[in-house]
Amino acid sequence: MQINLTLNGAEQSADVEPRYLLVDYIRGTGNTGTHIGCDTTSCGACTVLVNGTPMKSCTMFAVQANGTSITTVEGLKQNGELHPIQTAFKEKHGLQCGFCTPGMMLTGVALLEENDDPTEDEIRWAISGNICRCTGYVNIVKAVQHAGSLIREN
Amino acid sequence: MYPPAFNYSAPTSVEEVLTTLTNEGDGARVLAGGQSLIPMMKLRLASPAFLVDINGVAGLDYINDVNGHVAIGALVRHNDIVKSDTISSTNHTMASAAPWIADPIVRNRGTLCGSVAHCDPEGDWNSVMLAARAEVVAQSASGERVIPIDDFIVDFFTNSLQPGEIVKEVRVPKYSGRGGGAYMKLERKIGDYATVGVASQFELDGDGKIAQAGIALTAVNAKNTRATAAEQVLVGETPSDELFREAGEAAAQAAEPETNVRGTAEWKREVVSVYTRRGLETALAQAQA
Ligand SMILES: Cc1cc2nc3c(=O)[nH]c(=O)nc-3n(C[C@H](O)[C@H](O)[C@H](O)COP(=O)(O)OP(=O)(O)OC[C@H]3O[C@@H](n4cnc5c(N)ncnc54)[C@H](O)[C@@H]3O)c2cc1C
Ligand code: FES
Ligand code: FES
Repeated sequence: MQINLTLNGAEQSADVEPRYLLVDYIRGTGNTGTHIGCDTTSCGACTVLVNGTPMKSCTMFAVQANGTSITTVEGLKQNGELHPIQTAFKEKHGLQCGFCTPGMMLTGVALLEENDDPTEDEIRWAISGNICRCTGYVNIVKAVQHAGSLIREN
Repeated sequence: MYPPAFNYSAPTSVEEVLTTLTNEGDGARVLAGGQSLIPMMKLRLASPAFLVDINGVAGLDYINDVNGHVAIGALVRHNDIVKSDTISSTNHTMASAAPWIADPIVRNRGTLCGSVAHCDPEGDWNSVMLAARAEVVAQSASGERVIPIDDFIVDFFTNSLQPGEIVKEVRVPKYSGRGGGAYMKLERKIGDYATVGVASQFELDGDGKIAQAGIALTAVNAKNTRATAAEQVLVGETPSDELFREAGEAAAQAAEPETNVRGTAEWKREVVSVYTRRGLETALAQAQA
């Protein structure tokens, strides 16, 4: 099937089988920051923004992304500048192995779009669909809070 | 993981969805949020020959307050319910259940009507629907019929839709008097299915007696189950701690849990009793507020 979509601001078209998973389509375009962790809708490593909303791309078919606009971690940087969430993860050491990080950051971006000054509880609730096996979440929470303050300062 | 190959269409109107379902016959399945169907297909527990994706159908994402009930369209996501003022101001049981369905990302995509149709005995929504005495509106190319939720849930993963029918909306009656309700869910971690879930709801009459009650259980039977005896304990009575304790014990009798990774049967039955009592206490505070 023919699909047309916007991926990190660039128009794409492709001819895909209906069962082709969105995550594999995205990774196939070279955007390998979108990870496959569990492949069973549980971990959130494959999270991307579909029209601004976090979705698990291992649980969508690429054909379902027809006509949408998708943002992956590669799309966060704008005009050569890191997105505040990226700066914040770097400054607050919000990652260890980095496997969960793209999903965490995209979920964080969607949260901060709705509320740029979330409480710790609100952050923990928002990222509860993203699993991290390394950090214990403390610095991830701090990073999201810090990103909020960077956004508010701007 | 990949499902077997299938054909796919993404109609943009309900009429087109219904004609496609009729034309494709037995092998066709509706794809809503896909948060149950796609994992099942990837694990090859389901292998539909044709998917009719309804996500592109306009006008199915409504939550409408009409004629004494709230109508929830087929494309209302779990997270739309979390955020809905119409829901939070009309039905406490739904409002308290919504944030506990799956995890935040699954809630962005999965639908209430999809959960209702799926009839997973570990799914939360059908217990809420039983307690609220909801109705399911089924639509096919030949018309519409309204199915009480008790008749809609047939068995585990089995509903009473006929071939060619879809769930167009679910209708949740509004309280006729003062009412309250709660969904109490025990889960091991966020995103896990319930170890035990209990939906409790009731309405008070002018004398402060319980006019109507709904209690239903998740994950402790082969399907979401109405605890009829517990409801009967309540109806016609004045709320009291003793009455709620008695209802809790009656609800526990309706549970036939299995011992599994989530806990022992004995313990789950005890949780049903405690959660029924606590849910009723919460409902009372709301009804009297
Ligand atoms: C990690 C994870 C955790 C979860 N945890 C929970 C939980 O705690 N509690 C809970 O209740 N659920 C949970 N779920 C399931 C989730 O709520 C799903 O969203 C829901 O079960 C199905 O809704 P859907 O829209 O995704 O349906 P789909 O997956 O698209 O469809 C499910 C079934 O219903 C049918 N169907 C869907 N819509 C219609 C319709 N309008 N008419 C006719 N048939 C239809 C489909 O054909 C299919 O057979 C979880 C899912 C995941 C992945
Ligand atoms: S890879 Fe998609 S949720 Fe884990
Ligand atoms: S940093 Fe390793 S999984 Fe989160």
